[in-house]
Amino acid sequence: MTRTRATTQKIGENIRQLVVEMSHRSHSGETGSSLSISDLLAVLYFKTLRVDPKKPNDPKRDRFILSKGHGAAALYAVLALRGFFPQKLLLGHRVNGGVFHGHPSRGAAPGIEASTGSLGHGLSIGVGMAYAIKGTKSKVYVLVGDGECNEGSIWEAILSAGALRLPNIVAIVDENKFQGFGAAKEYSPFDMVKQWSSFGWETLRVDGHDVRAIEKAFDTAAKAKKPFVVFANTIAGKGVSSIEDTLGAHYYVPDKHAVTAMKKI
Amino acid sequence: MRRDFVAQVLLEMERDSSIVFLTGDLGFNALEKIKERFPDRFLNVGIAEQHMVGMASGLALEGKKVIAYSIASFATMRPYEQIRDDVCYQNLDVKIIGTGGGYNYPNHGVTHHTIEDVAIMNVLPHMQVLCPGYSWEAREATKAMIRHKGPAYIRLGKSPGVAYEKKHFTFALGKGFVVREGSDIVLVSTGNVLDITLATADLLEKKGLSVCVLSMPSLKPFDTKLLVKHARKAKGVFTIEEHSTTGGLGSIASTALFADGFDGKKFHAFGFPPESFSKEVGDRDYLLNTVGLEPKKLVRSIMRSL
Repeated sequence: MTRTRATTQKIGENIRQLVVEMSHRSHSGETGSSLSISDLLAVLYFKTLRVDPKKPNDPKRDRFILSKGHGAAALYAVLALRGFFPQKLLLGHRVNGGVFHGHPSRGAAPGIEASTGSLGHGLSIGVGMAYAIKGTKSKVYVLVGDGECNEGSIWEAILSAGALRLPNIVAIVDENKFQGFGAAKEYSPFDMVKQWSSFGWETLRVDGHDVRAIEKAFDTAAKAKKPFVVFANTIAGKGVSSIEDTLGAHYYVPDKHAVTAMKKI
Repeated sequence: MRRDFVAQVLLEMERDSSIVFLTGDLGFNALEKIKERFPDRFLNVGIAEQHMVGMASGLALEGKKVIAYSIASFATMRPYEQIRDDVCYQNLDVKIIGTGGGYNYPNHGVTHHTIEDVAIMNVLPHMQVLCPGYSWEAREATKAMIRHKGPAYIRLGKSPGVAYEKKHFTFALGKGFVVREGSDIVLVSTGNVLDITLATADLLEKKGLSVCVLSMPSLKPFDTKLLVKHARKAKGVFTIEEHSTTGGLGSIASTALFADGFDGKKFHAFGFPPESFSKEVGDRDYLLNTVGLEPKKLVRSIMRSL
């Protein structure tokens, strides 16, 4: 595993390389769902979030919650790349006696703000955090999945943040278009932008792999005075051509050839 | 008991500015004083218990001490996963308040009856479980729970309105109380069936038995020492609770007693039979009577077993 200080685009690629390596080593899936958020996390941690790896608990920091906890491998990768902990810790991903579960566990390593994994929890936690730190310069960013928005509790949180007119919460919806057992549109065929908007959120759509566009969208969100949601059009399994945009991407366990191929990029 | 709870919460919120009170749209005619006195630290999150507990966790992650309030069945069962994953797993300073546990919303129906809350809360790591039996216990349990740092659940019932406390009582988490001294049998009670328990003890005394009554407002941690001490010299131990006999006081007490080598004694747990839901319609006394939680019925059962 190599560390890079290159462009945000390159960081997205690095996250994907690390995700594939981790999934291969631990023989675990949920790979495609980590890959789809790789560029979003690259921009968040290297451009948007006001965080300092040396002071992970600084009260002045921005907060980030990965509500779709199954994208944890990408979170661990970006935290390591950003310097929250040494990259060698990633060797402890989903292995006996390791450090990291398949879903984030607060306290496992610096930078993990909340334990998540069961879908539909993170946005409420984020609303609570935002309510607690309202009036400060800090923002709370919560990344949810499009499939995750099936959960009723997500809509409780959307309603609550809208009703409270929270000026410091930003949701990011990873629209990778797949959920556990089918296409997300099958179970949520309605216009989510209109839905969130009708609950009092300002909305924006963005290409979830165009780092410049993502950065611009997050800049807009950071300046918002009401709840803000960015819908990111992403690709499940981004970067592994054989699985891109498939349901199976979520369950994909990379073999050694896939790891080698990722390294050549 | 709700009045005692509110009175103590007002004192605690005065004392500790980190306390935030959330309600899931309940508390009419009860929480107004909290709302008026602490408008910035009181929030009705709406009828959304899962969100309320998730939000409580977010507030707690930012250093707040959070009280989350609803009817006992809604406070515990609807957001159970949030209580487990968000509050307990992260060991956060969130207090779950379940008002009207047991049959305290009697003719509202089964959706409002809470006969499983102690069992499901008791099984959660880090969670403290409190079930006060009367005014003094409700005030003291509220105080102890709030001052404790970490997850806690309190079930508030209908107070029998009797002051059972004694001058030497000092409340602490994990502490039980001898409400009545006796040596032949021990009646162990939790929550506001303490009045029924004491009425049962009166009847048993008339039959010539010396009856010890223990009140156990703290179910987790539990005062095993007190129970074992009194059980050792008695012929039988009987638990009485407004809860399923699975997973509540009966289960907690029997585990504690058998771990101590409980031979040759009679034991029975009185409470709600876990085999079925009661579809009976009526007030609390009526419903309690249907499951045998009535002094004369309890006496008959106890005498039969001795």
